[in-house]
Amino acid sequence: MPMTITEKILAAHCGKKEVKPGELINAKLDLVLANDITAPISIKEFRAAGAKKVFDSDRIALIPDHFAPNKDIASAEQCNLLRRFSREHDLSLYFEVGRMGIEHALLPEQGIVAPGDVVIGADSHTCTYGALGAFSTGVGSTDVAAAMITGEAWFKVPESMKFIYKGKLGKWVGGKDIILRTIGDIGVDGALYRAMEFTGEVIKKLPMYGRLTICNMAIEAGGKNGIIEPDDITEKYAAKRARRKYKFYKSDRKANYVDVREYELTGMEPQVACPHLPENVKPVSLLAAVNIDQSVVGSCTNGRIEDMREAARVIKGHEVHPYVRMIVIPATQAIYKQCIKEGLVDIFIDAGAAFSTPTCGPCLGGHMGILASGERAIATTNRNFVGRMGHPTSEVYLSNPAIAAASAVLGRIGRPEELK
Amino acid sequence: MKFKGNAWKFGADVDTDAIVPARYLNTSDPAELAKHCMEDSTNPDFMKKMKRGDIIVAEKNFGCGSSREHAPIAIKAAGVSCVVAKSFARIFYRNCFNMGLPIFESVEAVDGIKAGDQIEVDGDAGVVRNLTTNKAFTISPVPPFMQELIEAGGLMAYTKKKAGL
Repeated sequence: MPMTITEKILAAHCGKKEVKPGELINAKLDLVLANDITAPISIKEFRAAGAKKVFDSDRIALIPDHFAPNKDIASAEQCNLLRRFSREHDLSLYFEVGRMGIEHALLPEQGIVAPGDVVIGADSHTCTYGALGAFSTGVGSTDVAAAMITGEAWFKVPESMKFIYKGKLGKWVGGKDIILRTIGDIGVDGALYRAMEFTGEVIKKLPMYGRLTICNMAIEAGGKNGIIEPDDITEKYAAKRARRKYKFYKSDRKANYVDVREYELTGMEPQVACPHLPENVKPVSLLAAVNIDQSVVGSCTNGRIEDMREAARVIKGHEVHPYVRMIVIPATQAIYKQCIKEGLVDIFIDAGAAFSTPTCGPCLGGHMGILASGERAIATTNRNFVGRMGHPTSEVYLSNPAIAAASAVLGRIGRPEELK
Repeated sequence: MKFKGNAWKFGADVDTDAIVPARYLNTSDPAELAKHCMEDSTNPDFMKKMKRGDIIVAEKNFGCGSSREHAPIAIKAAGVSCVVAKSFARIFYRNCFNMGLPIFESVEAVDGIKAGDQIEVDGDAGVVRNLTTNKAFTISPVPPFMQELIEAGGLMAYTKKKAGL
């Protein structure tokens, strides 16, 4: 029976020749991950169950990235839980502050997730790794606790939706705009419980960083997972990074999709998600009257070196508007160093932006750039629900790095073309 | 499983940031989290006014956004007996069955319940009764595997047995 890539990966991991949407399976996991706010619950549940050993000390990644470097005493205690548990169980994939990065940027960069993997993480943006041609999905802390014991997770095989992107991307238009456009089209539950398979000529030419951005936000449409078929771009990326053997899966030509959507992207403007839902998407040119107080470039969505370069290219030679604070957060230490090496840090600092150690920070209203009442931010992050970045009356607009940088200079939402 | 209480109505796409804002995620203590349940929602005074046993009734896609299990933990610890919604976001749905917050899906029930109505949810009979308006509605049956999880006492109890712990 023809299968989609998602069905094939799941079938392979539960020892079956084939699986069908709706079927309940128990899949063997290649990687289990959690962070400093979700792992504490997992660790408590693990211990309360009387478990003494993890299933594999090399396949559990614990990363303090949300409220770390320690935001306050309570967060410090949570980080200590991760630290101590990792030592107790000899976890090789614990990443200490100074050696960590935002989980969904760090793990692909370090080759810890690979094509063909099944990955679960106690973080909704675990769907990011689908960009490598893996089945990767967010779960809760208790799912991770159970997985740390058994190395398995139950899944209901999802139906797959196909998204085909045609045409040619304009300047300053990339992965973020593609996924925002898509979420704007189908809504925050348009892909509920489903696999989102992204394909088409635009995707085939899209570099890995753009693919990671797209799959990162599959959850914002309610998707169970986002996935892009691996190809030469994937091979180039994985070959020099993957720490273990990997496998390419592809959808059969006659595989069944519950929905197929086509998007013509030629002429599409950069897209911006307006408060307070990621589906409230408008082309950037409609938002020129929106003043901003803060601009954030970073996060697991757009914190990679190419995102840093894009923001730097836009802001070079300009100054951040006197009424705006711009905060730039490279997602990993390697990206941080690369930014120094390429002179990007000088560009940001000369423009009047703050440049920070890797952290999720302001994306989820944690630290490193919280909004006061009535303030407004434009951010390369992934969610803009009420109170997401601070006070419940603050507002968050989501965009790509070029728009976030241009807006920082203009003091309002705008485009690079508007900078003199 | 039977639950009776006053209905609190919420709109569509209630996300987990609204249920438990991130500023409270530096703890996983249920009693602490419960204090801030629904604080950034359309009913920010929920915890000041709700009574134990009250029922949350919501439009589609309840619990969307972040995977934080703190959300159903807070709802349960606050004393909410169950949640009835037109649909649930995927990770939230999983979390509820894993940690034991009863949830039920029904479009007609949500349409037929107003804030403050006294309602009774009968999980076994698959019925929601609005005692204020005297109307009854069906709820979607709980899938067999989810029933297994509930009967086992949640995912960890289920896993303990499977793993021989």
